[in-house]
Parts: sequence; structure tokens; C-alpha cells
Amino acid sequence: MTRLPDDRLETKLPDKAPLYTRPEAITEANRCIYCVDAPCVQACPTGIDIPTFIHKIATDNVKGSARTIFAANLLGTSCARVCPVEVLCAGSCVYNHWGREPIAIGRLQRYATENAIAQDAELLSKTRKPATGKTIACIGGGPASLAAAGHLALDGHTVHVYEKRAVAGGLNTTGVAPYKLHSEASLAEVELILALGDIELKTGVEIVDGEAGEGQVLVAKLAADYDAVFIGIGLGPDNALGVEGEEGEGSVGAVEYIERLKLESGMGLDGIGTALVVGGGNTAIDIARELAQLGVPDVAMVYRKTEAAMSGYHHEMVDARKDGVRLVENRQPTGVVREGGKVTGLKVKATDTGAEETLACDLVAMAIGQSRLTKLAAAFGGVELDGKGRVQVDPATHRTGNPKVYAGGDCVNGGKEVVNAAQHGKLAARAITASFGGEEN
Amino acid sequence: MADLSIEFCGVKSPNPFWLASAPPTNTGDQVKRAFAAGWGGAVWKTLGNPIVNVSSRFGGVDYGSTRMMGLNNIELITDRPLQVNLDEMADVKKHYPDHTLIASLMVDTREEWHEIIQKVEDVGSDMLELNFGCPHGMCERGMGSAVGAEPEVLKTIVGWVMEKANVPVIVKLTPNVGDIAEPARAALEAGADAVSLINTVKSIVGVDLDRMVPLPVVGNGSSNGGYCGPAVKPIALHLLGQTAKVFPKPISGIGGISTWRDAAEFMALGSTSVQVCTAVMHYGYRIVEDMIEGLSDFLDEKGMDSAMDLVGKAVPQYKDWGDLDLNYHVVADIDPDKCIGCQLCFVACMDGSHQCIHIPGMSDEDKKKAGHVAFPTDVPDRPVTAKGGTPGARIPYVHEEECVGCNLCALVCPVEGTITMVEKRKAPESETWNDRVAAGKDLVPGGLDATRKARGAD
Ligand SMILES: Cc1cc2nc3c(=O)[nH]c(=O)nc-3n(C[C@H](O)[C@H](O)[C@H](O)COP(=O)(O)OP(=O)(O)OC[C@H]3O[C@@H](n4cnc5c(N)ncnc54)[C@H](O)[C@@H]3O)c2cc1C
Ligand SMILES: Cc1cc2nc3c(=O)[nH]c(=O)nc-3n(C[C@H](O)[C@H](O)[C@H](O)COP(=O)(O)O)c2cc1C
Ligand code: SF4
Ligand code: SF4
Ligand code: SF4
Repeated sequence: MTRLPDDRLETKLPDKAPLYTRPEAITEANRCIYCVDAPCVQACPTGIDIPTFIHKIATDNVKGSARTIFAANLLGTSCARVCPVEVLCAGSCVYNHWGREPIAIGRLQRYATENAIAQDAELLSKTRKPATGKTIACIGGGPASLAAAGHLALDGHTVHVYEKRAVAGGLNTTGVAPYKLHSEASLAEVELILALGDIELKTGVEIVDGEAGEGQVLVAKLAADYDAVFIGIGLGPDNALGVEGEEGEGSVGAVEYIERLKLESGMGLDGIGTALVVGGGNTAIDIARELAQLGVPDVAMVYRKTEAAMSGYHHEMVDARKDGVRLVENRQPTGVVREGGKVTGLKVKATDTGAEETLACDLVAMAIGQSRLTKLAAAFGGVELDGKGRVQVDPATHRTGNPKVYAGGDCVNGGKEVVNAAQHGKLAARAITASFGGEEN
Repeated sequence: MADLSIEFCGVKSPNPFWLASAPPTNTGDQVKRAFAAGWGGAVWKTLGNPIVNVSSRFGGVDYGSTRMMGLNNIELITDRPLQVNLDEMADVKKHYPDHTLIASLMVDTREEWHEIIQKVEDVGSDMLELNFGCPHGMCERGMGSAVGAEPEVLKTIVGWVMEKANVPVIVKLTPNVGDIAEPARAALEAGADAVSLINTVKSIVGVDLDRMVPLPVVGNGSSNGGYCGPAVKPIALHLLGQTAKVFPKPISGIGGISTWRDAAEFMALGSTSVQVCTAVMHYGYRIVEDMIEGLSDFLDEKGMDSAMDLVGKAVPQYKDWGDLDLNYHVVADIDPDKCIGCQLCFVACMDGSHQCIHIPGMSDEDKKKAGHVAFPTDVPDRPVTAKGGTPGARIPYVHEEECVGCNLCALVCPVEGTITMVEKRKAPESETWNDRVAAGKDLVPGGLDATRKARGAD
């Protein structure tokens, strides 16, 4: 497994929901009603049979519990920790309506998956089908591709995963808030997937169109060499605001900066007294919370509308305030102010009154969305994009306009959650196996 | 993966999980759904002359927020026409030839027994189960537990059945007897191939205090019924253990089985197959998936290749009290890092056991007032440090010399793993009460004068 440096900033942020002990898990599992037509299952994008896996925890059948989870979601280990359960499964648990805490589904899922894997590393690979001789390429080593690769490997196929970065796992490794999931845990999950069957991970290899340089492979080559291709390239770099002073040190893209917090050796935040985060989505809240938890004395989010219009989750904003994050509403940034190259403030204009002011700061992080990489997808003949640059697929099979090419994850939905990527990968893998005339796992 | 299939009286079954004769096996459609879900066998809802049922029929006992820890019913045998049941049984056997189909029977006269046996064998029943267990409604008619509680009557009827039956015969025993060994031996002597137990325990689950009618209410009255579900598991396990000692043929264990672990326990104490009713009535056939998976993983972990290897594994260790080692001794040990200082162990030991748990910082005077009888010196004063602990509370101290090793504190402690019972043998060699009796050393000082005199102890 890739060894990450020990002195990464993210290591300073402890797990916010640590692994349950056995008595904790069993007590919580026994609260679950074991609903038959359970609302929580409907709310899970991968449709995990939640009451069954929780019942199995209650009977101390931990391995069986994990089998139930993985059958629906091969990334059950990371999803247990990164899923916004408050708006998914747990958010729809019957207990919410009885003035009681919903079942801690995410934490129970973590208990089952981590303990089962610790007890039996071959829990899943035992169910692998015999080799089929088919080979599939996955572009990108993020959640969508990993889910697809895992299911395909269990169906007996050979899979090559091409990842341009040095580490796989996609945003689970480079982007998700460390107090939910640290990079090592994401890499451990990558290893788990790789061990499911005949999967070769090729890191540091970028798939390109046009001409291939060092460490690059052409789309045309994939189209020619493989029986099917899955595209899971996610989204591109942070969007820029396009205002004066934005270029240069001290003004950063949020996703890129989070990647540094998570992976870079010896990074420090000294000298940052005030950090301003531009945006109102979940990435904005995440980076604000991370900076606040890492000790930046003053962190504020600057948002152009009111809180009610924010796309970030309400429960996350509530927790952000507990971390000390301020929210500055109705402000549109118009420029980054620098003195001698160093950032000293952010010029903003009030969207209601039009008044202008400069907010003093030492760091500005832009969290206003990510660009699209999907031109690459369109390089496969027949693959189409929609007006927002999303790869168009048939929702049941995740097949693109090219019958050999499938796609899933953020590059298809424009940026949702890991669990959606896991579902897309699963659906595509099933359809790919079916297209070979085989039986899917 | 361990082989879960079993052989019961020569009949192969895909797994040891059978549905007990009860509402879950009322109809062919139900049994087919159950087999599709994974159940290995089913004992059909008891057949006989159809009866008439009352409404309502069931009463439940909740414990805290746990629903239906116990279930009571005043339902009788099948209320459906015999031919309808027979046709459906034939159909089930056609669709599931390898699953175990058992006909549960309850009739009165020898002629009736012979007729019904012929009929259920004709539709392909793999075995018969004689319902000598139903504790309500049928016993008043001289059937059910009226038979099960009378060894001689039981023998006569089993005799009639054995004259006729071509397939293995299981006698289902009632727990409503003084000594289960008696009906078990009677069944053996009459030639039965197997026994199953337990049927339900005579019970009244509660009283409707507005209507002043026991539960379940049937208009202006009620009747005693049969109790089952998780609450009866300890009773069933005991009767199973007793039966396993005297009945050397296959046993099908029943009573409160809800999980794979319950099933494994019944098998270890001598059941070859297990039967389930209440847990399915509560949660549905779907629970069998967990039972199969859990048992299979358990057998793998224990290195057992077959479910049959588990059968009876704990039977030799179920001993008479007189054969237990009196030199085996355990004492309570409190983990100071986990204790939350709730003092439940203290109060349990003070009021319910041997007054040997001390709260640090009390003077001998206070201790005397509290009810202590021994006064250890150097009780360590350790503050509680565990998460969620009572502020300022002290870790209770177990006075080892006084601790009798009863387990009570460990049973009440709310934080699992905080109190462990540590082995501190009294002597390396084993000595049982029966050894003492044999050596004439069984007179414990401090007894009655008359006893001492009779034993010539003075
Ligand atoms: C800051 C942040 C926090 C988030 N937090 C959460 C959270 O808490 N919970 C949650 O469920 N979701 C969260 N998400 C969303 C989630 O991470 C994504 O929905 C998910 O990772 C999408 O998976 P994917 O496989 O589609 O894309 P990605 O995770 O983006 O993976 C794509 C991979 O493809 C590689 N790649 C791209 N182009 C090429 C190429 N040409 N050749 C080779 N490789 C290539 C990339 O390097 C990357 O590793 C967060 C997102 C962000 C940005
Ligand atoms: C509603 C109900 C009806 C039952 N009917 C029968 C029956 O017809 N024949 C029989 O042998 N046992 C009958 N039983 C007893 C069960 O087969 C079983 O022995 C008992 O419920 C204990 O198992 P359990 O704890 O899993 O429920 C009945 C039990 C219930 C709850
Ligand atoms: S988690 Fe909640 S909704 Fe889901 S099965 Fe349990 S009690 Fe029902
Ligand atoms: S469980 Fe079904 S049959 Fe029984 S009372 Fe309720 S609705 Fe009627
Ligand atoms: S019952 Fe357990 S937690 Fe409570 S005081 Fe005793 S040892 Fe501590």
C-alpha cells in the first residue's frame, strides 16, 4: 500500500464518529425495529438492506452483516463514514418522527464492515466467479471506478484501472473531510477492492485524447484494446471567480487546498489569522470547518445569497457554527486585495444594498464549484454530453451512446456523493457483465 | 464452508432450521414461501378433526422497549378441512422434494390415528410429529398435553401409531410436567424414533384491568394459554438437556429460538434440528438467512465440517450439581478504566449478595451502618475516569477474600467488559460434593443439633 507521510495536517483531526465497540453496536442495533418496508432502504442510493444488516449485528453475525452491505455497495466501508446519513438513510428512519434519535446507520455500517474485514480478509473474494477472459478498462481510480472494478472482478473479469494521480481513491483520498475519513482509510479500501479479483491499478497514468506523452495513454488505444470501458473521471479543478487579484499565493481553490491538507508533508497554517471561504455549498462548509478545527483563529464563509439558499447541508452548517465558523451572507466578492503580493483582504459587494467593503483576511479559498473533464469522454465516438458538460447515460445501465463505453459518478451527475458513484459503478458493472452474456455477481 | 445439512432419523434435511407446527405452517403457500426463504423443513400446523378458534387469540409480554419477549396463545389445532391441508402438502412436496415435510397430528381413537397416518403418508410426509403438547383446549378433550403428561397413555397412543406408521415418528413433548424424563422414556419404550420439545408452557400473560378479564380477551372472558418465544428459551434448554440424558435417539429442539446462536446452543445441548415459531411470527421467514449464515460462519470458526458435529457437544458438560468442582472459584475484578461509577454493582452486592463491594472513603463506622460485615484495610481510592462517568464518583472495590464469585455484580454492570470474573481456584485438585459424600466429609459445620446427632458427629 502507498505509504503517506506522517506529518500531514489531516492527521491532527480525529474521527468524529469513532468505531463502535461491540456492546455499543449491539445496543444500538437492538433499537432498530427491523422494519419490513423500511424507509431507510428507500433513502439509500445503493439500496442496502439496512434492517437486515442491523439485525445481523444484533445477533452478532458481523460477517453476515457485512455481506449484506457489500452485496449492495462495495464501498460500504467508506460510505459508512462519508455518507451524509442525516439527509439519506438515517434522515428517513422512522424514529425521526417520534422525537427520538434515528438509528446510527452509518456507525453501525462502519462497525460491521471494518470488523468483518478484520476477521476475514477474503470475505468477499470467496464469492468470485471463474475467469471469463474479458478485460475492462476503468478511467479514474475514484469511487465510481472502484465500485465498477470490484463488481466486474467478482464477475470474473480482468480490470485495469488507470489513475492519473499517484494515489487512487479519488476524492475519498484527496477531498473528503478528514474527521470523516482519513486518506489511509481510503487507501485501505482501495486495497480491499484490488484484492477482490484480477484488478490491476495503474497509478500515474493519465488517459488523454490527441497525443500521448510520458505517462499518458490514448482514448483510442483503450477503445481498441478493451472489451468495455468505464469512465469515472469525476470533476476537474476548482472554478475560478474571475476577479482581480485572484491569481497568486494566498488565494486558492478549495478542493485543491483540501487535497494538500490531506496529503502534503509538513504543510502548516501559520500566519493565517483570518480565512475567508467563498461559496455556500458543501465543499465551502468542509474547508471552513477543516480550517477552523485546525486552529485558524477566524474562519468565515462569504456567500452571495442568504443561508436558506445555500446548497450545503443544514446539519453541516449547524456543526460548522459549533466549530466557530461565521457566515457572511449576501456578499459577492469583486476582488482579492494584495499588499506586496500577500493577500490582505477580499473586496465584496452587498448583493442587497450594493454597498462595497473590504474584508480583511490572509487566505481566500474559492469553493464555487469544479470544472468538467468530460471532453475526454466525448472523445469516445458516440458518447454525448449534456448542456452542463455531464456525460449522458442510460440510467438503468449507465451505458453511454457508445455501446462499449459506460460512465458513472461525478462526471455523470455533476457532483453528488460517494454513494451515488458506488451505485453507478455497480449498475454499469452489472450491465457490462450482462452485455457479455454472463451472470452478474 | 461447513455442511449445514443434517440427517434426522435417516431423513436428509438441507439444514437444521425447521418451522414449528404453528401459524407459520398453516397453509401450503406459507410453507412454500418459507422454503424459498431458506427454511430446511416445516412441521405442518397440527392436523386432526378441524376445530373452531376464538378471537382474539394471542397475548404478548414486552420487556422494557423490547416487544414480544414472550407470546401466549389460546389457538387450537388447524381449523381447515383435512383434505385442503392434504392437497397442499402434496403440492409442497412436489415443489420442494428435498425439503423436510413433517405432519403434526392430534386425534383421539386408534382408528382415527390409523386413518390420518395413512392420509399424511400418502401425500408424501417425510415424518410424523405427534402433538402431545398443546396445553389448552385440546387437553380438556383428552388430547394434547393430557397425553403428554401421562406416560402410560402416551405409550399406548405411540403404540397405536407405531403399528401403522411407515415413516419416522417424532413425539412432541409438553413442558407442563414435573419430570420430562418420564414422558421421554415412555416415548422411547413405545418405540418412537425421536422426540421434539418443548411445546408451549401453561400461562396467563396478564389481566385487562379495565375489564377485569385475563389476556387475551375473548368477549367477557379468557382462558389459560401456551407461552413461547424468547422468554421460554431457558426452560426449553433445561428440558432439552434433561431429555438428552435419557433419550439416545434424535431430538428436535424447540422453544424461544430466534437467532443462529440460540440454534447453536440447542444443537450443542442435543438437538439435531431446531424448530422456530414465535420469532417467525414476529419478524417473518426472512430471519432464516441470518440463522443459516451465522451458524455456517460459527461452524467454520470452530473448525467443524458439518452441523452434525455440533450436535450434543455440550451434553457431557451438563452435570448434576453434586458433580461440580467445589474448588473452582472466581472473584469479581473491576476494570478501573471502564467503570462509570454508577454503583449498581455495589447495591446489588450489598442487598442481593455478600456485602463485599466497598465504596472508597467510608469510615468503618459508616461501613457498619451501610451493612458491611468485613472491613478491609487499604481500600484504594480511585476516581472514575471513564467517559460518561459520574463526576467525583469512586471506583468500587471488591474485597476478594469475601467475594463468593456469584456473578451478580458482573450481571448488573451496565458497561460490558467492566467486571470480569477471574479464576482463583481454592485448590489445584478437584473436589465435588459427591466426593465429599463418598468420603463422609459432607457435614458442613453450623447445622442443626438433630442432624449432628444423627450423623454421630459429636
Ligand atoms: C471537498 C469535497 C468533499 C466531499 N465530501 C463528501 C462526503 O463527505 N461524502 C460524500 O459522500 N461525498 C463527498 N464528496 C463528493 C464525492 O467525493 C464524490 O461524489 C465522489 O468522489 C465521486 O466519485 P468519482 O469516482 O465520480 O470521482 P472522483 O472521486 O473525483 O475520482 C475521479 C478520479 O479520476 C481520476 N482522473 C480524472 N481524469 C483522469 C484521466 N484522464 N486519466 C486518469 N485518471 C483520471 C482523478 O484523479 C480521480 O482520482 C466530496 C467532494 C468534495 C469535492
Ligand atoms: C399461535 C400458536 C399456535 C401453535 N399451534 C401449535 C400446534 O398446532 N401444534 C403444535 O404442535 N404446536 C403448536 N404451537 C407451539 C409451537 O409449535 C412451539 O412448540 C412453541 O411455540 C415454542 O416455540 P417458539 O418459542 O419458537 O414459539 C403453537 C404456538 C403458537 C404460538
Ligand atoms: S434504521 Fe430506522 S427505518 Fe431503518 S429499519 Fe431500523 S428502525 Fe426502521
Ligand atoms: S395481524 Fe392480521 S389477522 Fe391478526 S389482527 Fe392484525 S390484521 Fe388481523
Ligand atoms: S456496576 Fe460497573 S460501572 Fe457501575 S460502579 Fe460497578 S463496576 Fe462500575
